[in-house]
Amino acid sequence: MKNPLSPSLSRRSFIKTSALAGGGMLIGFNLFQACKPEVTPPVDITQLNFNDFNAFIKIADNGMVTIFSPNPEIGQGVKTAMPMLIAEELDVSWDNVLVVQGALDTKNYTRQVAGGSQSIRHGWEPLRQTGATAKQMLINAAAAQWGVKASECTAKNGVISNSSGATLGYGDVVTAAAGLEVPENVTLKDPKDFTIIGKDIPNVDLDKIITGKSLYGLDYKADGMVYASVLRPPSFGKKLIDCDETSVKKITGVLDVIKFGDKVAVLAKDTWTAMKGKKDLKVTWEVDSKLENTEDHDQILTSLLEGSEFKTMRKDGNVKEAFAQADQVIERTYESPFLPHNCMEPMNFFADVTDEKVRLVGPIQTPAGTAERVARLLERDVEDVSVEMTRMGGGFGRRLYGDFALEAAEISKLAKKPVKVVYSREDDMTAGIYRPAIKYRISASIKDNKITGYHLKEASVNSNMYGLIPNFFPAGAIENYQVDVANYKSNITTGAWRAPYTNFLSFAEQSFFDELSEILEIDRIKLRLDLLQKVKGTTDEKIEYSPERLEKVIQLAVDKSGWGNAKEGVYQGFSAYYCHNTHVAEVAEVVLENDLPIVKKVTCVVDCGIVVNPLGAKNQIEGGVIDGIGHAMYGDFAFKDGEPQYKNFNTYKLIRMNETPLVETHFVESNASPTGLGEPTLPPAGAAVANAIKAAKGIRLYKQPFIKNMKSKDLLG
Amino acid sequence: MPIYNLKVNGQSHAVEADQDTPLLWVLRDHLNMVGTKFGCGIGQCGACTIHLDGSATRSCLLQVSMVDDMEITTIEGLSEDGGHPVQQAWKEVDVPQCGYCQAGQIMTAASFLSQNNTPDTSEIRDAMSGNICRCAAYNRIEKAVAVAATKMK
Repeated sequence: MKNPLSPSLSRRSFIKTSALAGGGMLIGFNLFQACKPEVTPPVDITQLNFNDFNAFIKIADNGMVTIFSPNPEIGQGVKTAMPMLIAEELDVSWDNVLVVQGALDTKNYTRQVAGGSQSIRHGWEPLRQTGATAKQMLINAAAAQWGVKASECTAKNGVISNSSGATLGYGDVVTAAAGLEVPENVTLKDPKDFTIIGKDIPNVDLDKIITGKSLYGLDYKADGMVYASVLRPPSFGKKLIDCDETSVKKITGVLDVIKFGDKVAVLAKDTWTAMKGKKDLKVTWEVDSKLENTEDHDQILTSLLEGSEFKTMRKDGNVKEAFAQADQVIERTYESPFLPHNCMEPMNFFADVTDEKVRLVGPIQTPAGTAERVARLLERDVEDVSVEMTRMGGGFGRRLYGDFALEAAEISKLAKKPVKVVYSREDDMTAGIYRPAIKYRISASIKDNKITGYHLKEASVNSNMYGLIPNFFPAGAIENYQVDVANYKSNITTGAWRAPYTNFLSFAEQSFFDELSEILEIDRIKLRLDLLQKVKGTTDEKIEYSPERLEKVIQLAVDKSGWGNAKEGVYQGFSAYYCHNTHVAEVAEVVLENDLPIVKKVTCVVDCGIVVNPLGAKNQIEGGVIDGIGHAMYGDFAFKDGEPQYKNFNTYKLIRMNETPLVETHFVESNASPTGLGEPTLPPAGAAVANAIKAAKGIRLYKQPFIKNMKSKDLLG
Repeated sequence: MPIYNLKVNGQSHAVEADQDTPLLWVLRDHLNMVGTKFGCGIGQCGACTIHLDGSATRSCLLQVSMVDDMEITTIEGLSEDGGHPVQQAWKEVDVPQCGYCQAGQIMTAASFLSQNNTPDTSEIRDAMSGNICRCAAYNRIEKAVAVAATKMK
């Protein structure tokens, strides 16, 4: 894996300090510039002012440290973990650190990005460098005050000491430090000296969450704000013809009814009245384009797999030749439905559009892109648009798309009022940007009981796997290897859903290898480990995973789960996967109750390098595994004449506590730079369960959701 | 519009609202108590759980006209400063990921444990299964309920 940072990255380019009027020191840094090496940092810091920074550390003259972080917090824990990196190198007690969502303005936010389990990986070096730089400046200030060399001084827990035993607190020298030059070279700690990184640090918003304080977009209020409930076309492929709002306008509390595009917004003084008014609208819709059905998608994806219109994403050797020479060709097809995100906090956004400015507030993973889109929509300068992020009640990819913010902005402009758009659950599930339905067909050629060729075909809706994925396992392990993709353009909106593509691809691939091991009569673990041997020492720089690290998580999972030694009546399933720069192996344990498989336990082994915050990391791992199982078991979606057939949790099933296995987590001990955990434990979970169900019932599952496909008489036997 | 006299967290509030307005929206929009969350509006997810005369109830299905003069407790009033044993257990276990559903989870757990403070695992799992956690922090919720039970003995 490549290091995300070039070692020559200059601290000068993203750090600047200043004395605070009321005492203390402010350190500004460009979090996202620092975290995104492809962005060229400006060289001359005298050209920068504090508006050019988007993250700040404030050290007060009493030694208290406030870290203002603009990072979107969707439940992945970065609001806790990223400041830990700064505090570690600054060398302050975590008890003296306060983390605050940054004060925000447009200029700062134009650099903001989030997503893809990348925050910790990219923040690892620059955030520690920022902390270390500040610490060095404090030491330099103390040394100057004492008239000794800085090299004779040390700092620990917010206190600087010199060789003669004198001490000064950070607060004593912070104002002097602010006036010093930013040092160019600082030394980062040896990991063995970490006192914060690697410790269990609770969620920084914990107190607010458990006492019900206002935190989320839905909680946000502003003076004069009205609530908007928006009626959108009931089916993909329909447009608005006419709307009669006469009766709605008579409802007490309804303030206005506004048509925009193919949508109608009911504005009211409270959420309930707006939602009630929306239900009362009498609307005529007309078919505008094709009305699609799930059965159509099923057929279309199958015909794509059988067709010849593919884009080749990776090709090693000659698959065709290998297949022609084979003793046997194994071919299997795996199918998944569309999926909605179903964040617990339904989509919502606040907009206040005035002649002077456009103020947006709410839960969004992509504030910068959203500001630009709103500016284009309203024909305004992007400088007029500010975005403030709230804590998010889940993201899962849905909040990468700012469609709800655009709606709020448009309605606010037309209504000339501050407006909060609030989706009902039905709005949220039916106006989705869904995970696309996908089918994978995997074929392997077998010669002399060895895998000689591997051909993966993807048929997806609207888009295909991104370019790194074809370089995941088993790329490099099989001589003749090819990945082909094809897609069908639908009018149903689709997008990223937690661990895009791999969330289902991993199920297909790890089910396939499990079945191959049965056909070849090779031990399941041995088959995987043998393949990895062939990748070791590869000179192919495109190979994304580390065979050594994947081997290690597999071996540790075997060891920790008691693989092969399950109690009577307990059936195990294995899966191992690399994605989002993290290597994971999982063993699921299934028992049969009334002949139905129940997942009791999952042992999950993770190599994410150094574990920054084990408490938060384990939470992500447990959540990812259970989320993966929940959607593999139950997640279903369908369209009839373009209309989503699932609209709320009475028909759409999410996993609940009584269906939840115990997740036991183990980390591979490592000094490698850390990687993110928001996604990588989800993809392997489905296959681990499917492989355990195969062990329990002899049924091989090829389609998600499992529960629906297991209900057929054939499967239950 | 009728006026209702609501007793929320020990305080009286006169609220003018349509009789069919769910208590959830009265709390959030009229009384500015946003700790109680909107998740589904049909009583399926449990994010809006409050206590009505001490029992866990879905506030999204409860019309304001039905709760006049009843004792309503929300997450804001479960304790002063988060000192309820369930809230303390949630802190000890570091339960939340996104945190959005947790007020509802805590209210369900508090009501359940007030009736049964020696629950076994399957009782906990059944009692908490009406509350969805989309982040799937279920292992920790389960553990925190067990920890809270020991505190409430």
